[in-house]
Amino acid sequence: MDAFLASPAGQVAITFAHALAILVPLLIAVAYVTWAERKVLAAMQLRKGPNVVGPFGLLQPFADALKAIFKETIIPAGANRVLFLIAPMITVTLALIAWAVIPVADGWAAADINVGILYLFAISSLGVYGIIIAGWASNSKYAFLGALRSAAQMVSYEVSIGFVLVTVLLWAGSLNLNEIVRAQERVWFFIPLFPMFVVFFISALAETNRAPFDLPEGESELVAGFFVEYSTIGFTLFFLGEYANIVLMSAMTTILFMGGWQPPVHVEPFTWIPGVVWFILKTLFFVFLFIWVRATFPRYRYDQLMRLGWKVFLPLSLFWLIVTAALLKLTGWLPA
Amino acid sequence: MSVLDRTARSMLLSELLSGMMLTLKYFFTKPAVTLDYPYERYPLSPRFKGEHALRRYPNGEERCIACKLCEAICPALAITIEAEPREDGSRRTTRYDIDMVKCIYCGMCEEACPVDAIVEGPNLEFATETREELIYQKEKLLENGDRWEPMIAERLRLDAPYR
Repeated sequence: MDAFLASPAGQVAITFAHALAILVPLLIAVAYVTWAERKVLAAMQLRKGPNVVGPFGLLQPFADALKAIFKETIIPAGANRVLFLIAPMITVTLALIAWAVIPVADGWAAADINVGILYLFAISSLGVYGIIIAGWASNSKYAFLGALRSAAQMVSYEVSIGFVLVTVLLWAGSLNLNEIVRAQERVWFFIPLFPMFVVFFISALAETNRAPFDLPEGESELVAGFFVEYSTIGFTLFFLGEYANIVLMSAMTTILFMGGWQPPVHVEPFTWIPGVVWFILKTLFFVFLFIWVRATFPRYRYDQLMRLGWKVFLPLSLFWLIVTAALLKLTGWLPA
Repeated sequence: MSVLDRTARSMLLSELLSGMMLTLKYFFTKPAVTLDYPYERYPLSPRFKGEHALRRYPNGEERCIACKLCEAICPALAITIEAEPREDGSRRTTRYDIDMVKCIYCGMCEEACPVDAIVEGPNLEFATETREELIYQKEKLLENGDRWEPMIAERLRLDAPYR
């Protein structure tokens, strides 16, 4: 057995098992995030939400998926067929491969690499390609406008996300996500870095094109934005990608600011609960926050969005970065 | 001072948080206002103008005397009537068609009828798969009358004091 696992085929099998172990629960989670979104939005608007398919509408995501799969795929006559078909694949692939480095419990990451946070940052930046390719390949005004908005928006907010990540790195002293979580054993980073935590979460909303920053989709202006021409599988993949990104951003917030798999206090009853449960609970809280925000706020106007990104978040995160660096240096708390 | 106050409010996101508290309050508010439609229904007024029906007298004789007042008053020209004397000499319709696609459900036919024969009943679920099915013949209208008679009589009784 050991000989097989050491062989190249065995290594491939192990990697495959790792990928399945993370992707299967993730895709089920994504399916139920769509269900949860509809239920939570409905509750906040005094409606009932899906309640016909299965108990409490629990089978609704699968019914939706089946419906989408069995419909006819329509490719617009003016579209660039290759890019049109590739774009949703890029989106969903990028949303899924980012999970390779997410530690769901102590050391439980498919790839425990030393530049985990840079990898996450790179992958989430690449996400814009799926959107802009979709918008361009559709050869449609609305899709193109949505894609342009999305590109500008994601680039703007990545700048402040970058500075927020650097402040977290100053406190943690490592780029490895496991190490970052271990550094939060005594105090979760959202306490010393509270303004950065808020900036990160709001930027995450913009990064995932969620309300109140859902200008690339902008239902009332752009029909459905960049994926207006997509039907069936393409539409489903964009949908999957969007929700996988929401879960990913929630997981990132959990790891960077809320102590990942760590219990709130290291005392008896809390330490009995396994780390993966803490991680899931915290991630779910942020997913709920995403939906809650969507239920509450109207969409930003485009210039307001840019103003917030460049004139508020960028100076604020830069300022806080300098303050943090100075504080750590002067007090000698800088991790080795 | 007001500048400081305003800046503090916006930096502390106080307005955003109060908005989120409001939605959270609604999140825990029960019950939902949605009606579970096919299983739950709104109450209908006795004056609700739904699907048409031709009524009969309790002895089974049809009420319609082919006076064609409904046909005359119909603003959408949806009613077509042909009439000739029956074997027993009474005047009856041989054809009574309502084009439910043309009909605007104004209820004028009901108002014009001297013998309460044509009425608009409580039924609002008569969607069909083809347009042809919505051109109602006399048989269909009489069948509707037989089917809905108890409810139609009750509605007429409830509305009578206001007429």
